[in-house]
Amino acid sequence: MATKSKGGPKYKKMTMSPKEYQSFAKTMEPPRSILGNCLKAFVFGGGICVFGQCIQELFVHLMGMTEEAASNPTVATLILISVILTSLGVYDKIAQWAGAGSAVPVTGFANSMCSAALEHRSEGLVLGVGANMFKLAGSVIVFGTVAAFFVGIAHLILGTGGQ
Amino acid sequence: MLRGKQTWWFEKRPVIIGEATVVGPDEGDGPLAADFDLVHPELDMQQKTWEKAERLLLEQASEFALQNARVERDQIQFYVGGDLMNQIISSSFAARTLGAPYLGVFGACSTSMESLALASLIVNSGSGSFVLAGTCSHNCTVEKQFRYPTEYGAQKPPTAQNTVTGAGAVIVSDKGAGPVVECATIGKVIDLGITDPFNMGAAMAPAAVDTIQAHFNDTGRSPKDYDLIVTGDLAAVGHPIAKKLLLQDGVPINETVFTDCGLMIYDLEQQKVQAGGSGCGCSAVVTYGHLLKRLKKGELKRILIVATGALLSPLSYQQGESIPCIAHAVAISSGKE
Repeated sequence: MATKSKGGPKYKKMTMSPKEYQSFAKTMEPPRSILGNCLKAFVFGGGICVFGQCIQELFVHLMGMTEEAASNPTVATLILISVILTSLGVYDKIAQWAGAGSAVPVTGFANSMCSAALEHRSEGLVLGVGANMFKLAGSVIVFGTVAAFFVGIAHLILGTGGQ
Repeated sequence: MLRGKQTWWFEKRPVIIGEATVVGPDEGDGPLAADFDLVHPELDMQQKTWEKAERLLLEQASEFALQNARVERDQIQFYVGGDLMNQIISSSFAARTLGAPYLGVFGACSTSMESLALASLIVNSGSGSFVLAGTCSHNCTVEKQFRYPTEYGAQKPPTAQNTVTGAGAVIVSDKGAGPVVECATIGKVIDLGITDPFNMGAAMAPAAVDTIQAHFNDTGRSPKDYDLIVTGDLAAVGHPIAKKLLLQDGVPINETVFTDCGLMIYDLEQQKVQAGGSGCGCSAVVTYGHLLKRLKKGELKRILIVATGALLSPLSYQQGESIPCIAHAVAISSGKE
């Protein structure tokens, strides 16, 4: 039993086309400071690298390692710090400010693996942690390997690689 | 009874005899903290998984709603609920605890008003005297399912919204005292081609506008018939868009107070929530916690809640689909005239 309201509809339905609406919606987005974000990323990402350099110097000068030998424990230390900060729930808060600055260095890679492992722990060690740990980092490894393959081929053709 | 094209008119005037809301820590830091029945200080709520925490929210909200309505658990004849999880597990598992005949519904963040509309319809048709409607969301379950692991350091754009950790439940009855559900307008799925899942306010705004206009066309009412018209979770980006669209179409929305639950739940200046709140819990806790109290106090006489939902899944947006959206409107009056 439908009762009709008298006369035609009071208000006509929206007439904007999807294209028109999408460009209108774009104008309503709050502005994002590309320059500001780049600066923050540069400062924070650079800061991580400077910090890494300091750790390496410590290994070289305090533990008598060569520069080459010191690089592995340096990376491990950075990974450890990143994992601890992720586990304490701090890393994502830093990242909201730092943006790409905290995503690009090795600490970002460690964060992506640690956060996925933590998140999926509830689904078990095999199907949860094991299967999901590389959920975000996996594509970095895949495309990193693919890129390395093509760079290798280019070296071979140009005769610039190897001995 | 159907009025116009898509509006149910509840002539038997179903009454909300009891309501309750339970929220998480961020909502407890927000401006509406005093209106909630329980504020959890921790996100995990001492549960082993985020999913268990979300379910706990809904179970507690249902339990408190029963207490507030002075209704026994076995008096509940039907439970209508839904949430954002895959296969709406939070609601179904809460229904297991509740032990009442259950209808699971999904309308993304519009589930609050979808379930309230259906509960009112059941009561209005004489098919039930005590019907529970409830919904919930948890920030971390949603992050995990729709976005990234909760601790992953991805920068969110300013158009993103923060999913509310909270649950709201109401008991609708054919007798008793309380706010009256007058009518409900069921929305259509509207999609104007927005594809950015970090800008759901803009995606959902046209759905809200469509439902609001349909509501006025069906009922013959205008904005000035309401003391407050509130959208669900359009937040700082979507809400101004909806307002502009309404004015463009000649709806005199300025005749009333037009606001948004996603803007009310947090202090946008102090809390880091980007554009505001979202999630099933957003419109549920603001409406059932804050707005029903204002109706009861007599500060408001009649309000229209337009809960908005983005009906996307991680699969659909990864496959490049745009975001289909919906909005359901429910008119609630203080029942005191």
